[in-house]
Amino acid sequence: MSLVADNKSAVTQTLLDQLQSKSSKVAFMPDAEIISAIRYLEDKGIPNNKHEDYKYCNIEAVLRKEFKSVEQAFNELTKADIAPLKIDEAINLVVVNGNYNEALSEKMIVKGLTVKSLNELSSSEKGLLSSQAKSDTDALIALNTAFTGNGLFLQVDKNNIIPMPLHVIYVNSGNSSNVTNTRNFVNIQASAEATLIESFYNIGTAKVFSNFVSEKFVGENAKLTCYAFQNEGALSYSVNTNQVRINKYSNYTNNTFTLSGELVRNNHNVVLADSNCEAHLNGLFISNGTQQIDNHTLIDHQMPHCESNELYKGIAKDKSVGTFNGKIFVRKDAQKTNAYQSSKNILMSDDATINTKPQLEIYADDVKCSHGTSTGKIDTEALFYLKARGIGEESARKLLLQAFAQELIDKIEIPSLQERVLNLFEKAL
Amino acid sequence: MISIKNLHASIGDKEILRGINLEVKAGEVHAIMGPNGSGKSTLSSVLAGREDYDVTEGEVTFNGKDLLELSAEDRAREGLFLAFQYPVEIPGVSNINFLRTALNEIRAYHGQEEMPAKDFLALVKEKSKLVELDSKLASRSVNEGFSGGEKKRNEIFQMAMLNPKLAILDETDSGLDIDALRIVASGVNKLKSKDNATILITHYQRLLDYIVPDFVHILYKGRIVKSGGKELALEMEAKGYDEIKKEFEIAD
Repeated sequence: MSLVADNKSAVTQTLLDQLQSKSSKVAFMPDAEIISAIRYLEDKGIPNNKHEDYKYCNIEAVLRKEFKSVEQAFNELTKADIAPLKIDEAINLVVVNGNYNEALSEKMIVKGLTVKSLNELSSSEKGLLSSQAKSDTDALIALNTAFTGNGLFLQVDKNNIIPMPLHVIYVNSGNSSNVTNTRNFVNIQASAEATLIESFYNIGTAKVFSNFVSEKFVGENAKLTCYAFQNEGALSYSVNTNQVRINKYSNYTNNTFTLSGELVRNNHNVVLADSNCEAHLNGLFISNGTQQIDNHTLIDHQMPHCESNELYKGIAKDKSVGTFNGKIFVRKDAQKTNAYQSSKNILMSDDATINTKPQLEIYADDVKCSHGTSTGKIDTEALFYLKARGIGEESARKLLLQAFAQELIDKIEIPSLQERVLNLFEKAL
Repeated sequence: MISIKNLHASIGDKEILRGINLEVKAGEVHAIMGPNGSGKSTLSSVLAGREDYDVTEGEVTFNGKDLLELSAEDRAREGLFLAFQYPVEIPGVSNINFLRTALNEIRAYHGQEEMPAKDFLALVKEKSKLVELDSKLASRSVNEGFSGGEKKRNEIFQMAMLNPKLAILDETDSGLDIDALRIVASGVNKLKSKDNATILITHYQRLLDYIVPDFVHILYKGRIVKSGGKELALEMEAKGYDEIKKEFEIAD
């Protein structure tokens, strides 16, 4: 595969060269798809802050500064490395540096559940891939498509309810700076139901740029409840793209908890493709140091009688930057849509920044849509009230911040995950 | 208990307290009355340690310590309690968790161990009866969705739990119907002892029918202009504050 010379961005070209010489090829991605992804990348380049959607999140600059050379060298992981990351109540599946690792994953036969690597897809299943995440729409999806690892395929057959949560542990083990492109496909067929936890860790010793793309398909009358647990640490720079399509009478919920990571960009895009379905997106982040947490959501109401709810909260400390950009489309046919969006943030220092940008584009005339955003400092009246009862300044602050986050932490229905989130949240306060 | 000498305090450029002198001893109940804007709430805020005010002159000694040197939380730990005129709603913080944290931080300040959970819950049960507070309210978020009366009862409940040496009740009677007023007053009366003291800050005499003060002070334009026994409150009720205003307007 030769690259054209008139590339727009030197960073993109360097990255392409480095990855191309070191990445192993996967069987499931057609060559034509890979070539067109690379063409798109060469044409558009990795987005920088001139790109409207990446105004507060300059990925190109991160790559230029932190990933000048990419070694792609990794440590072998053992079961002992994974053990502390597991969740007891769940079936734990492990994806290492973008590749599904069957040996580290738990094996359990559950009726109606398919778990396999993308390389094992049948030809009809391959057809599903890239149906939601199109590489000609976004440079990071294109990058992922071109250099994707052998990720995970999860399917729940129609009319099956998976009784325990599925927990996918995405773990990086780099011992020199690396870029991983992790991909998965989640297919919840008609009238099926599942809970999926996706945890993101870096237990390597080097900087990682993790470019994750997940396609999720929720069939008619199906239900998918997701949790994203992001705790990748200071060496981690990640872009997580979720391309979700939900169908008639279905219910999709996602709760994202971002507790560490030098840069975390979440693109959560949900298409409500048919009538009477609902989507709930919630997120909580706490950032410190120079961290940058950027949540982008796109809710696309295409058909009537659907509902969407978004609640995002953030606490920005030190010099960290938090961003929420939530777009709601209500298309012409999407009458009787109910769409709500709320973003609330607390700034804990004068040097911290919060950017919020709610966007509503409504083309139907009989809809209920609202959005609200607030950013402020901690409530000084409440702080004084607590102090006036003998509670010290620091404990009082913690109590108030916990209270602020509680409604999101309360949404976690898996006790040990809730405990994990709460512990890390308290530590980060 | 507390000795206030020539206390001056301002907010921004505006001087609100202009030389308050007050001495309260253990076992006493003092009422501070006065028209709107006389500085009643400022006095309670300054004593409790609200940072919006600047103390420009004067001193306050509380049980031998320089009160003004202490942070708001240390004042509470030393045994000063302010029942807020407008109790703050804190969504997400349960009343129980809030009180346990407060009680244990006060205990830690005095070198005591944390109160065992069992003893704490027994104390909650005992003290909530005092102000007829529904035990369900204890597990709800602090003051969230409470009626006006419930908020005031919750203040007295907290006071009972923390057992302060000096309680300052800032307009605790405002917004209370007569039944709630009786409950609150009876709670305060039951908590009274020879070792603690109470300062009642009020606009109306009504509360003083239920909590009988040993001394009544009239605050006007940032100074105590008149002091007397409980009959002074009745006199004020009968005549209104107009006479005071006339008499002390010139001194302004």
